[in-house]
Amino acid sequence: MVAIDHQAELARAGANVTGWWSRTLFFARRYPLGAVGAAIVAVFVLTAAFADIIAPVDPTATNAKFSLARPGGMFWLGADFMGRDMYSRIVHGARISLAVGAGAMGLGGLIGISVGLASGYIGGWFDLIVQRLLDIMQALPLLVMAIVMAASLGPSLRNTIIAIAIPLVPTVSRVVRSNTLSLREQPFVEAARAVGMGELRIAVRHVLPNTLAPLIVLATAQLGSAILVEASLSFLGLGIPEPHPSWGRMLSESAAEYVRTAPWLVIFPGVAISLTVFGTNLLGDALRDILDPRQRS
Amino acid sequence: MADATPVLEVPVLEVQDLKKHFPVRKGVLRRVVGQVYAVDGVSFTINEGQTLGLVGESGCGKSTAGRAILRLIEPTGGTVKVLGRDIAPLTKKELRPYRQQMQIVFQDPFSSLNPRMTAGDIVGEPLFVHGIANAKERKQRVAALFERVGLRAAQMANYPHQFSGGQRQRIGIARALALGPKLIVGDEPVSALDVSIQAQVINLLQDLQRERKLSYLFISHNLAVVEHISHRIAVMYLGRIVEHADTRSIFKNPQHPYTEALLSAVPVPDPAIKRQKRVLQGDVPSPVNPPAGCHFHTRCPYAVARCKVETPLLREIAPGHHVSCHLR
Repeated sequence: MVAIDHQAELARAGANVTGWWSRTLFFARRYPLGAVGAAIVAVFVLTAAFADIIAPVDPTATNAKFSLARPGGMFWLGADFMGRDMYSRIVHGARISLAVGAGAMGLGGLIGISVGLASGYIGGWFDLIVQRLLDIMQALPLLVMAIVMAASLGPSLRNTIIAIAIPLVPTVSRVVRSNTLSLREQPFVEAARAVGMGELRIAVRHVLPNTLAPLIVLATAQLGSAILVEASLSFLGLGIPEPHPSWGRMLSESAAEYVRTAPWLVIFPGVAISLTVFGTNLLGDALRDILDPRQRS
Repeated sequence: MADATPVLEVPVLEVQDLKKHFPVRKGVLRRVVGQVYAVDGVSFTINEGQTLGLVGESGCGKSTAGRAILRLIEPTGGTVKVLGRDIAPLTKKELRPYRQQMQIVFQDPFSSLNPRMTAGDIVGEPLFVHGIANAKERKQRVAALFERVGLRAAQMANYPHQFSGGQRQRIGIARALALGPKLIVGDEPVSALDVSIQAQVINLLQDLQRERKLSYLFISHNLAVVEHISHRIAVMYLGRIVEHADTRSIFKNPQHPYTEALLSAVPVPDPAIKRQKRVLQGDVPSPVNPPAGCHFHTRCPYAVARCKVETPLLREIAPGHHVSCHLR
C-alpha cells in the first residue's frame, strides 16, 4: 500500500493558500501558460505607463537623414521613412494601442453585458426588439460598422474607442443573453425569488456570474481584434490622428510599400500586436479557470 | 403518525380554490387559443406543525400548485392565506415580509444552488436580503444552521460542487430555514437522492418539524415517503384534488378509484403477498382540454354516464375524509 502524504496532497490542492501573494504564486504554478500571458500583458502595461523613461527619444521627431535606417546602432529597431525611431514609436504606441484595445473591449463589454442581461432576463417583447436591433448591427461587418462610426464621430482617441466598442456590443450581448435564457429558469434563481430578492440583484448576483466563462474568452479575443480594427481605421485616416504612433497604423501604412525594402517597419509593430493578443488570450484562458470554483479544486 | 397539537389558532396555510391556467398561444400574433388548466380549483389547509402530502402523477399540477402558493408563479385565481392573511393579491413589495414565513426546498440538489457562491453565502443570503443581522451575527447564524442540518461549520467556505447530493440538499434545507419560516414547501425534496440518503433527509425534516413546529407541504410522487412523513394526504389528478384525508384513512380506506389505483401500484416488500393490481388504462388526458364532468372518467373502471357530464364536488364522506366521486 502506498502511504498518502496528506499534507502534500492538501498543499497541492491549495488548501492552505491564503493571502494575495501566496495565492498568486499558487495560480502561477498551476497555470504556467496563464502566468506567461500575465507577464506579457504586464510588460506591455508597464511599457505604456513608463514610455517616457523607457524610450526617451521623441517618437514624433523626424529626420530625413535617417529615413529607413536599418535596425542597429542608433536605432535599435530601425527608423521609418520619415526617420522616426521605431523603438520609441513602438514603446509610445503601446499607450494608444492598449488604450484602444482595453477601452473598446471594456466599453463594448459593459454595454453588451447590460443589453444582453436585460434582454435575456426581461424577455418578451423587449427581448424581441433588442435582438432584431442587434441583428441589424450584426449584418454589417465589424470594420464597416467601425468605419461608419468613426467617420461620423471624427478622428480622436475617444471617438476611436467608441467607434470600435459599439460594433462589439452585439457579439457580447448575444453570448450573455443565450446563457441568461437558460440560467433564469434554474431552481437557484427561483430560490432567490422565494427569499424575496429583487430582480436586479438576482440578475447581477445569480445570473451574471454564471455567464462569465465564455465572456472572458470572448473579451480577450476581442481585445486583439479591437487593436487590429484600430489599425484599419488609422490607415483610412479615421483612427488616431498623425503623428501619434499606433501599432496598427505603423503596420498598415508600411505593409504595402516597405515590406520588401524595409521589413523592420512591418515586423516590429506586427510582433507587438501579436504578442499582446497572444498574452491576453493566454491570460483569459487561465482567468476563466481561476474564476470558476468548479475548476479551482 | 400522531397529529401534533396546533398552538396557533389560525392555520399556517389555507388555500381556497387556487387556480393556475397557462394560456396556450399560437401564430404570429400570439393569440390565445386555449388554456392549460394546470391547477383548477384546489383547496386545503395546513395547521402548525403538520405535514400535508400532495401526491399525484407527473403533470397533475402538484408542483405548479406549490409554486403558485409561494407566488413564484402568479396564481390565476383563488386565495392563499398564510397565517390568516391572503397573500394572493399582494404586490411584490407587500409580499416580502411574508416571504420570511414560507420557503421552498427543491428537487434537484445540483441546480438549486448557485455554483459560483460558497455554501455559507448561499445560506446567509436570505438574511442579508432581509437585512437581518450584521455580517458577524450572520456568520454565526449560518454556522449554527450548518451544524443543525448535519454539516460542519468549516464547510461554509466550500462551493456546492464539493458536496454530495445529500449534503447539497441539506444546504438547501438550511437556506430554507434561514429566515425562520413557519411553512416549507418541499417540491419532491428527496426524489433525486439515494434511498439511504432519502431516509436521512426525511428524518432531518421530521426532527426540524418537531423542534420548530414547522408546517410542510410535501409534494411527491413517492407514496411510501409521503406515508411516512405526512399527517394528511391530498391526491391530485389533472389539476384537482380527488381525495383528501388523514394518512391512515387514505392508505387503509381509499375511496376514490384513482387513489385505489395509485396505492395498488406501491410495491409491497413481501413476495408472499398476492395482490390484485389495478392497472389504469390509457394516459393522463391533456390538461389543455380536460375531459368534461369528472376528469378521471376516461380511465375510471367504474365510470357511469353521470361522470361524463357532471363534475363531482369534493364531499366529506366521513369526518375529515373528502372525496370527489359520484359513486361514494
